[in-house]
Amino acid sequence: MSNALREFPPILRKDSRRLEWSRSLKRNYDLYLMFLVPLTWYIIFRYLPIYGIQIAFRDFVASRGILGSDWVGLRHFRRFFQSFFFWRLIRNTLGIAFYSLVVGFPVPIVLALMLNEVGNLRFKKLVQNITYMPYFLSLVVVVGMIVNFTNPNYGVINTMIRAFGGDAIPFMIRPDWFKSVFVLSNVWQNAGWGAVIYIAALASVNPELYEAATVDGASRLQKVFNVSLPGITPTIVVLLILRVGNLLNVDFQMILLMQNSLNLQSSDVIMTYVYRVGILEGSYSFSTAVGLFQAFLNVCLLFGANSTAKRLQEASLW
Amino acid sequence: MVTRLAVRSDPLGNPEQREARARLDGDTVFLVAVYIILSVVAVVAAYPLVYVVSASFSSPLALVSGRVWLLPVEPTIDAYIHVYENQSIWMGYRNTVFYTVVGTTINVILTILAAYPLSRRDLKGRGALMMVIVFTMFFRGGLIPEYLVVRSLGMVNTVWAMLIPNAIIAFNVIVMRTFFQTNIPDELRDSAFMDGATNTRFLISVVLPLSGPAIAVIILFYAVFHWNSFFQALIYLSNRQLYPLQLVLRQILIQTQVDEMVGSDAGFTERVLRGEALKYAVIIVASLPMLMLYPFIQRFFVKGVMIGALKG
Repeated sequence: MSNALREFPPILRKDSRRLEWSRSLKRNYDLYLMFLVPLTWYIIFRYLPIYGIQIAFRDFVASRGILGSDWVGLRHFRRFFQSFFFWRLIRNTLGIAFYSLVVGFPVPIVLALMLNEVGNLRFKKLVQNITYMPYFLSLVVVVGMIVNFTNPNYGVINTMIRAFGGDAIPFMIRPDWFKSVFVLSNVWQNAGWGAVIYIAALASVNPELYEAATVDGASRLQKVFNVSLPGITPTIVVLLILRVGNLLNVDFQMILLMQNSLNLQSSDVIMTYVYRVGILEGSYSFSTAVGLFQAFLNVCLLFGANSTAKRLQEASLW
Repeated sequence: MVTRLAVRSDPLGNPEQREARARLDGDTVFLVAVYIILSVVAVVAAYPLVYVVSASFSSPLALVSGRVWLLPVEPTIDAYIHVYENQSIWMGYRNTVFYTVVGTTINVILTILAAYPLSRRDLKGRGALMMVIVFTMFFRGGLIPEYLVVRSLGMVNTVWAMLIPNAIIAFNVIVMRTFFQTNIPDELRDSAFMDGATNTRFLISVVLPLSGPAIAVIILFYAVFHWNSFFQALIYLSNRQLYPLQLVLRQILIQTQVDEMVGSDAGFTERVLRGEALKYAVIIVASLPMLMLYPFIQRFFVKGVMIGALKG
């Protein structure tokens, strides 16, 4: 018996695999039918657009369809690289992205580390509940609050500035203030919620490590840096890689809401440009090319961040 | 153990003990600092929200002259009456409730239809099907190609544009799948099949009743998404009758303001006074449903994030 098996193993394996398939199909046919509904949706709303990316290399005319439109190669990309907006968009996109990475990424970590030190559970819960809350406000409401708070005539922030003897600052129409206002309000809205995942990671750090550190005479602060922080480093690295991979997808919906003709020079990022040129002006092929350029940069950043993390440490996405 | 006892019985205290006491003091200082910083963080996080509530109950004159700091000044509910009388706010509210209820129903059904088959280890080819979904978390067609698909389906300027193009969020499928995998034991399925149940029957009468918490999580995820989203409406809708609340809000809160700052015309004060009063009240009215759901949302959301983070 064992000899016979050894003689024809590939065929037997193939046969049994086919048998398994047909058994699965017979018994689970309704599971496949179930999945067919979301699968159809995915094909139409997620994969058809991927197929449609090719209009970046064509002169898309709706009436002629995608394949009927003329192939123009890299013309739209060249036009974008040479356009007046190119460097401004790159500067703003990278500027806002790195600014919010440097300020926005560490804040939830610090917040989680501090909350982890709090022994009073009531106080901890209270701080958590308060800092989560802004996350559930809509972007429109948050930007509406920013706009009204910073109103130069009667916004509460400018009232305070005047109370301390300063001059009112029209934050929303001053290009030099745009990035700071954006990043800080982003931190306000997201830091509390962003801490959730680190708090969970901290809860799973082995308590024996803290006990050992106590026996060794470590202070609380030393334990934060030598036990807590190393304990959540893998989580930090993974989230950092994901964040860098999404770096250029700066929260453009929020930027779009904060944008106006007077701060455009420092608030115009690649995605808001795509929206303006594509949806509002109808240059579909050109704006698809611009969007594709950004997606390409994103992939480069993701791979770059991942391989850097791999070289520096064990943790990586793949 | 022996040395520690010895230390304690030494009335003068030896260097070791003094060091321990110094460390204790250092720890106390550290802890006090943590509590102070966190209190400041909580105050800073809460202040804008408190201000909005107070401002909505203050008189417009007090607002404009900058007298509102913390508590309502010259309390009044005029602003809420203005909101109540505003037709476009009500229309937006009705539309948003419709998009949220119908949209979430579609979302949940499609998400379960995707997640349950993927949770079954005995389903052949499920790895490939999973890839179909996970791939779209990293690669999308982009804004314009997706817009063109929706447009070519004739959905622009219809309610369908608000319901269908984002009918499934991949993260929620993963949350749901992970829940099914870890909470529905295989033995349960085997015994149901022994009794002659089909997969569909098993899903409806056994799996779903056992999945209450997970379904609650994704209902909340999707409902918050629908309630807060404005960008879909911005690109797909131009008919004002279909505008969701967020687009109406955008007009009231953001667009008027820019006009005011860029140039002020006659009748300025009159408009500003009425407008200012309305703005804060409308923020409250628009956020109220989410704030009322908040205790559930934050509990379930945390749970959802944890399940999702496990990835399975």
